[in-house]
Amino acid sequence: MAQKILVYGELVGSEPAPETLEVLTKARQLGEVGVVVLDPEAATAAAPLGAYGATMLYAGTDQAYREFVAQPAAAALAALVEEHHPDLILFGATYDARDICARLSARLGLTVVANATDVVSRGEGFAAVSSIFGATQNVLTELGGPSPCVLLRPKAVTAESATGPSPPVVEVSLPQDAPRGARRLESVVAPSSGPKLEEAKVVVSGGRGLQDPSNFELLEQLAELLHGAVGASRAVVDAGWVPYARQVGQTGKTVKPDLYVACGISGAMQHTVGMKGAKHIVAINKDRDAPIFKLCDLGVVGDVLKVVPALISELESRGVNG
Amino acid sequence: MAWRFGTGLAEWRIAWLKIAVLVKQIPDPSGVGKLDPQSHLLIRDQGEVVLDPGDTYGVEAALQVAAASEGEVVVISMGPEKTVEVIRKAMAMGASAGVLVSDERLRGSDALATAQVLAAAAKRVQPDLLIACTESTDGYTGTVPAAIAELLGWPSLTFAKELEVTGSKVRIHRQTPNGHDVVEAELPAVVTVTGGINEPRYPTLKGIVASRSKPLEQPTLEDLGIDPSTVGASGASQKIVSVEPAPQRQGGEVIEDQGGAAQRIADYLAELKVI
Repeated sequence: MAQKILVYGELVGSEPAPETLEVLTKARQLGEVGVVVLDPEAATAAAPLGAYGATMLYAGTDQAYREFVAQPAAAALAALVEEHHPDLILFGATYDARDICARLSARLGLTVVANATDVVSRGEGFAAVSSIFGATQNVLTELGGPSPCVLLRPKAVTAESATGPSPPVVEVSLPQDAPRGARRLESVVAPSSGPKLEEAKVVVSGGRGLQDPSNFELLEQLAELLHGAVGASRAVVDAGWVPYARQVGQTGKTVKPDLYVACGISGAMQHTVGMKGAKHIVAINKDRDAPIFKLCDLGVVGDVLKVVPALISELESRGVNG
Repeated sequence: MAWRFGTGLAEWRIAWLKIAVLVKQIPDPSGVGKLDPQSHLLIRDQGEVVLDPGDTYGVEAALQVAAASEGEVVVISMGPEKTVEVIRKAMAMGASAGVLVSDERLRGSDALATAQVLAAAAKRVQPDLLIACTESTDGYTGTVPAAIAELLGWPSLTFAKELEVTGSKVRIHRQTPNGHDVVEAELPAVVTVTGGINEPRYPTLKGIVASRSKPLEQPTLEDLGIDPSTVGASGASQKIVSVEPAPQRQGGEVIEDQGGAAQRIADYLAELKVI
């Protein structure tokens, strides 16, 4: 009998989130896939969810899922898990999903593997692959107990449509006694221009080597010439030079562009976990021994404040103008 | 509370906030981590251990909330005996007391068991607010604080890049992929803070001296009402079966910039057809 996989699906607007499509792509290789979406617009996403492999959509449309963080969703999800006893529960590792997964785990006593890069069948059950020590080691963790939970890292799997039909929709109601908890009062979107960091074909990122926040202007110029987006290391985000939305790495975004240009970034594991899937990497750094040089295709040992302006002039002299 | 009148309740609460903060001792992150070849568990009790750098933001946030309310900060941790050192460091920063759950039977606990133990410790402390960092620097599971909140029946406000406590309410700016949400809840609550939320203070010499005589409680699993069979490697519903080197990228050409590096990069971009 096919294994029952429950995917926790999320929407961006009324479309499935990219992480949800990635997780569905993985889930359908492992068994029969039901997807639960707790969002006022849940039912509108049936067709694309089916296309990526969901054969059942559990839709909860209460406004509480949007208004309150994690608690109503965890309560509804727990009720669904107790009713259907899935063999595995898969989440994309988004902010909300991580909290909901944690609460579900505590509520029902389920084990969790976070930061998984893959999930495989193993014997009667499953095992999760995760990477540690800056992705230098792969760990295989066998999952036991009832309905183990796995949080899959964004971009660990490439989403591929399977042209499945739109699945039947089952209404999920919010349990009467579900606590509400923390309320979202307001959503603030930071202004940004150019392509989105996680979708850009070219990413130009800066770190401490830029010495001063104003020097990020150079990276903006370079990124514009290359039709790319600007990223940053955790160090400079923590220092408040650029907004968090620009952070690439373990605690930031995972990017897989065709070209990644690392400017004044030493290459701490925290950072490389988020960018080492780039097709090509160029690194500019003063320190010959910086770890970034071990994984770049072209490395320049030099002052980023000299090399980047020279590169901008060079590109302009070759007729590149964004 | 006989003296509950008018706005007095809010003022009374402000005056006595007790903040618990979770900390963790981790192997020095500038060193190379090591796993036990048999158990595949991280070796946590050898070599240099440090207070997780992420936790310094949590301790600082707790101290700031406590200072604004004339309250106090209690440090809670679970880990090997060496964890005492990092609790003393948080005390040197200004925390007034500590609770450490250290028991050989906890070795190999999964995130769920860790949350159960820390939630039980938090129940002893009975804080108004429990602060943790978003995820540890060594394990970065990131599910423990929200799981603790669930076990305590409290709201959780995670990924805070700003934190404010007013009266009996806590409000944060919660990071989102493209900005932030303003999120609010009634106390008691769990808050996780991100790096960069504040500028963690360094312990002063006076603080270091004072930290040595601050009370540190070490309850046993039995004191906490935890069934030992549900924790540790044997209590976990997951087991590491193998650890293997991951395929690594091969480094390419590295050149010294002697004025011509920009041309070389431009040539490479042309080769890739990026320009």
